[in-house]
Amino acid sequence: MGMLPFAILLVAAIVGYMINLQSARAIRADGTKLHSLSGFHGLFSALLVLVPVLTFVLLWLGFEGAVIESLMFASLPTGTLDGLGTGEVQLIGAEIRSIAGGRVFGTPEDWKLAAADRLIAYEAWSDWLLIAAVAALSVALVLFARSRVAPEYRARQQVEKITTGLMIFCATVAIFTTIGIVFALTYETFKFFQMVPLSEFLFGTSWEPQIPIREDQIAAEGAFGAVPVFLGTIVIATIALTVAVPVGLLTAIYLNEFAPHAVRSVIKPILEILAGVPTVVYGFFAILVVAPALRELGADLGLDVASNTALAAGGVMGVMLIPFISSFADDALSAVPQSLRDGALALGATRGEMMMNVLFPAAIPGIVGGVLLAVSRAIGETMIVVMAAGLIARMTINPLDSVTAVTVQIVTLLIGDTAFDSPKTLAAFALGMMLFLATLVINVFALRIVRKYREIYD
Amino acid sequence: MYDAPNPATNVDQQDIKITAKGVQVYYGETHAIKDVDVNIVDRAVTSFIGPSGCGKSTFLRCLNRMNDTIDICRVEGDIRIDGDDIYDKRVDPVQLRAKVGMVFQKPNPFPKSIYDNVAYGPRIHGLAKNKADLDVIVERALRRGAIWDEVKDRLDAPGTGLSGGQQQRLCIARAVATEPEVLLMDEPCSALDPIATAQVEELIDELRRDYTVVIVTHSMQQAARVSQKTAFFHLGDLVEYGETDQIFTNPKDERTERYVTGRIG
Repeated sequence: MGMLPFAILLVAAIVGYMINLQSARAIRADGTKLHSLSGFHGLFSALLVLVPVLTFVLLWLGFEGAVIESLMFASLPTGTLDGLGTGEVQLIGAEIRSIAGGRVFGTPEDWKLAAADRLIAYEAWSDWLLIAAVAALSVALVLFARSRVAPEYRARQQVEKITTGLMIFCATVAIFTTIGIVFALTYETFKFFQMVPLSEFLFGTSWEPQIPIREDQIAAEGAFGAVPVFLGTIVIATIALTVAVPVGLLTAIYLNEFAPHAVRSVIKPILEILAGVPTVVYGFFAILVVAPALRELGADLGLDVASNTALAAGGVMGVMLIPFISSFADDALSAVPQSLRDGALALGATRGEMMMNVLFPAAIPGIVGGVLLAVSRAIGETMIVVMAAGLIARMTINPLDSVTAVTVQIVTLLIGDTAFDSPKTLAAFALGMMLFLATLVINVFALRIVRKYREIYD
Repeated sequence: MYDAPNPATNVDQQDIKITAKGVQVYYGETHAIKDVDVNIVDRAVTSFIGPSGCGKSTFLRCLNRMNDTIDICRVEGDIRIDGDDIYDKRVDPVQLRAKVGMVFQKPNPFPKSIYDNVAYGPRIHGLAKNKADLDVIVERALRRGAIWDEVKDRLDAPGTGLSGGQQQRLCIARAVATEPEVLLMDEPCSALDPIATAQVEELIDELRRDYTVVIVTHSMQQAARVSQKTAFFHLGDLVEYGETDQIFTNPKDERTERYVTGRIG
């Protein structure tokens, strides 16, 4: 039943295509010259049916539930919902829907059973109405498209217009998704800042979000100063980049200019494998191998090393970022024209001098862009820090101490008991919003740098 | 300048700068240069002509060991500059290239300022003692490259912002700045318009006073205009080598005659 509208639509599109194709061919068979090829007349019909009707079906399915539910509530005996809060009304709606779905718990009141029956009836009506509408629209559009087949009709231009529209739609999907994410975050963030002042969040130096959700729960008072959390992320990201940037760049330089072909053909695929390792595996590596090794090393040197050090998390994250940076830098270096290499070598430059003075400056926009994207990844990276970094937010920049990270806090806040009217849960959205803004700023900055340098170097 | 070369320049009596004997070049399995012998005279322009793929650029790149940068390329034979074997194990190609400058087909200024482009060679070879010294070297090179007047007010502007002809003269100035003895030019005018070509040709004629110039060209008119000696390459062989006048007016080999009269190419 659910697929029937789509099946009708598909058949209509194919039939429309065939009809227009045949009639266009018939015109040509008469010896009249067509403006557009017969295929374009066919495609015009198919697209004319597909695009509007598909949009219609999707919109219908999108609003169907809300319309049916409001009809169902309207049909309840008057006075049933008087004096109830939104939460309770939603609960009744959910109960009626589950009764309609055949899952009955306990003995519901008669009016609920009646409402469930009506719900089923409405849904059946809705399905039939949709099928009828799709069929009628499809037939009308096929006939309309058929009526346009004429020697001078510019079917090709029409098809091009529709496909251009489709491409524009696809290109804007990402933009609208981003806007949607911002809105989703904004709403919850706003609610959070109604409970916790913005100044406390931005400048407070104490982060203890474990406040009671139920009244009988034992927990701390709660403090929402995000500074130590962001400081932790910055410490870990700094360590990660200190590892990844030099190693990644030197890897790229070596592979690009100095490595014999045989070495390059081995190292490149290995780096690609490294780039494909799931971050949770890096997390295991960090807690099972790197952290204990660091602790033993620290003990030998007489240093006090925590079990969840920022160094372990950041170092392993740096290893994760090496292939990212090296592949960006490799691409940027490869894009420098051979003529510049020849020019430097012909002047008597060594390969090292050529790399430092000519290739590297010419490749800098691509490299800076890659590094800044790596920064974005480092501060947004979740799994490694969840596994390897600590949970307690401390105001420290000691890499041997345990620090937490923004992403870690978001994960822990959303695990376990959650209530969307508690600042504990909502704090996750505020943190997410800040993270989103930070990466956005860095990415915009990266793009601007790339563009600025490109103007000089081209 | 654009007449036939000056007959008073009797190149045979001049010194020999470069001698090549039995030079063979292989690209993998391909035998690109077959047993080439040639003597290139000092302070004169020698042009290499021939159809595409005949090996003239490959041979040119042997003279400053640029072929070393190509993995699959193998050079055999004996090439001497001032009597020293340049393929000797003790010779550092980096030092050789400081002595044998090269200008390429496409202008390839570095993405740096005009000043830094010219100063690049002197800097990496430590030719200047201080900034003032370097300024002098850069100005002299730019004057020799016949581009000083056009760029003296904007030495800080990027070299890539110049026109094609200016870029090529900048590249010549850059090559000259390291005080080479030999200047190799691989089709230096093929990416330029006629006016820029004329300027560069004029410059090549000037450079002849101080340098040994070897130029690869596809244009026979250009070879006739700028060079005193001409070598005709065909399918990896050096077919004929002699006075430019003689090659173009009275070639000894039938293939040379067919090429210079435009029947093979």
